[in-house]
Amino acid sequence: MWGYIAQRIGLFVPTLLFITLLSFALSRLAPGDPAALKVGVGAEGGITGRAGLNERTLELLRKQWHLDKPLWQQYLLWLRDLVTLEFGRSFQDNRPVLEKIAERLPITLAMNLFAVLIAYGIAIPLGVYSATHSGTALDRFLTFLLFALYSLPSFWVAMLAVTFLCNPEYLALFPTGGIRSIFHSEQWSLWQRVLDYAWHLALPMLVYTYASFAFISRQMRSALLEVLRQDYIRTAYAKGLPGRVVIWKHAVRNSLIPIVTLLAGILPTLISGSVIVETIFSIPGMGELSFRALVARDYPVIMAVFTLSAVLTLVGILLADILYAVVDPRISFARRAQ
Amino acid sequence: MSMPKAVQETLPQLEEKGESYGRMVWRQFRRNPLGMASLGFVLLLLLVALLADFLANDKPIVARYQGRWLFPVLHEYAVGLGLASWGELGRVDWRQLPYEWALWPPVPYRPETTDPNLQSLRERAPSKRHWLGTDEIGRDVLAGILHGTRYALSIGFVAMGIALAIGIVLGALAGYYGGMVDIVISRLIELVLTLPTFFLIITVVALVQEGSIWLVMAMIGLTGWTSIARFVRGEVLRVRAMEYVTAAQALGYSTRRIVFRHVLPNALAPVLVAAAFGIANAVLIESALSFLGFGVPPTVVTWGSMLAKARGSIASWWLVVFPGAMIFLTVAAYNLIGDALRDALDPRLRV
Repeated sequence: MWGYIAQRIGLFVPTLLFITLLSFALSRLAPGDPAALKVGVGAEGGITGRAGLNERTLELLRKQWHLDKPLWQQYLLWLRDLVTLEFGRSFQDNRPVLEKIAERLPITLAMNLFAVLIAYGIAIPLGVYSATHSGTALDRFLTFLLFALYSLPSFWVAMLAVTFLCNPEYLALFPTGGIRSIFHSEQWSLWQRVLDYAWHLALPMLVYTYASFAFISRQMRSALLEVLRQDYIRTAYAKGLPGRVVIWKHAVRNSLIPIVTLLAGILPTLISGSVIVETIFSIPGMGELSFRALVARDYPVIMAVFTLSAVLTLVGILLADILYAVVDPRISFARRAQ
Repeated sequence: MSMPKAVQETLPQLEEKGESYGRMVWRQFRRNPLGMASLGFVLLLLLVALLADFLANDKPIVARYQGRWLFPVLHEYAVGLGLASWGELGRVDWRQLPYEWALWPPVPYRPETTDPNLQSLRERAPSKRHWLGTDEIGRDVLAGILHGTRYALSIGFVAMGIALAIGIVLGALAGYYGGMVDIVISRLIELVLTLPTFFLIITVVALVQEGSIWLVMAMIGLTGWTSIARFVRGEVLRVRAMEYVTAAQALGYSTRRIVFRHVLPNALAPVLVAAAFGIANAVLIESALSFLGFGVPPTVVTWGSMLAKARGSIASWWLVVFPGAMIFLTVAAYNLIGDALRDALDPRLRV
């Protein structure tokens, strides 16, 4: 197992380097250089007539951002800044990027964590029910429903929710956005505060999770069906074990192995989904931050967020890989046998 | 085809006995009603995409005007190809001409046609004039949906075409050669797999100066080939060990010929499943991108960009419901086709 984990970590480092390289390349996609862009953004209408000043500002910025050096040195210097978490300042409001991210990361991380918990919490019982009752009318209905959910574009569901459930024209059951009320105060009881958050986050979390739990449920169903066909399950029934024990103790445990690895596939989906969901529901998280940065071509923020999301995805996948090795000892044996 | 004559003569009898693999899969596929309905839906979309100009256009299909027969829609194609010119009809407003007789498309608007007479929200709602309503500058939703099929279909096919080309070539190389080639390609697959795809695409598309639909297609294709490469690699590994490949090697065929003529055709079936799901994903990514306002220029009307218009006027439910439903139906159809194909290919289900 340890060899396998070491191998995974061995792959982690070059991938990380590749991602930084990619991120650096992305920042060179723009026409002109970032310094020109910054001056262009910072001096709205000030370009004309003060060309001399702008030239000098450009020179200064280029020096400050090492744009006068060869490309590989720029990359290495940027990498050094990255390691020391020096992401620079945002073009939009000149605040340190790190500060902006630190404000927003907890919200998105908390939403991600909840989403994963909810998705697995709903999907596993649903998948088990569907598989143990396969062929019944309810199973067929569930299969169809989960399939439909899986194919529903999240931005459409979010827009439908905003249009019909957060709109005084129809039903104003939920607030249109944000994570808490404007008049939310620390003096409220804990219960009140939790309720306020829940009221604001119910729809976004629903939109955020349904695709994942539909996907996991489908996989859970087929994984369990696969296991239920095997001989040792028949043996377990034959020796007189109660059905509940056979299902939960013998079958479900083994069918969970492929489900654990799905975590690796869900994390990137969640991170990209956060851009859509947070933008539609105006939730001040990383997704909304990156959307604004992309619209404003705010390079320091974009590069930082891109690198960070990629690293988060990578860490998640690494975690899923390690979990996989933990739950299924055959993996390391198979490697050794080769 | 330098097959010995004796072998060739035995072939027809063999064919009569057994069913070809493709035919067997098709027979299985046909038994799946949802899969067939989805296939029908995609074919319908294809038809709509081909005939979009005849279904929604601000010019009549056929018209009799000042004693002449005119075919303005066809004429437009000819002008587009440089075969004809508009002549004195270059600047006319086709909707206002006093025709003696005219056959109009069922939807007499183009997606870009604005109808400035619509002032209030109520006038923009679905009505007899605009069956599915219009957006805030009076562009007909139904016309946009009909013409949008072109983008939805081409996005899927072009992006998947790119992904297929990369995935099949790399997967086949890795599977057939094994060793160092396999290790390098497998690592590359894992690397691309760990990238936050959507985020990468959205960043590239937003940062490049001139965003275009082609860039979106290329980016989806360039990031979406991994599952195909994995499938092909696995299948080629399986097929490579079979006796007929050894036989081909013994006959002295070149490696390229063995891979492309003998190994790949037998390894392609599962790839179709991955391709169907890949197309669904491509449609989803593109519509999400144009919904967020990246990718296509603002003048281009796609299903996603129509849905985005609803963010500006929240009371226009028709801007949410109809384009979104089209995206959903298209994505669901491709997913159902993928499901049905997988079931048809799964030998365990075959009785």
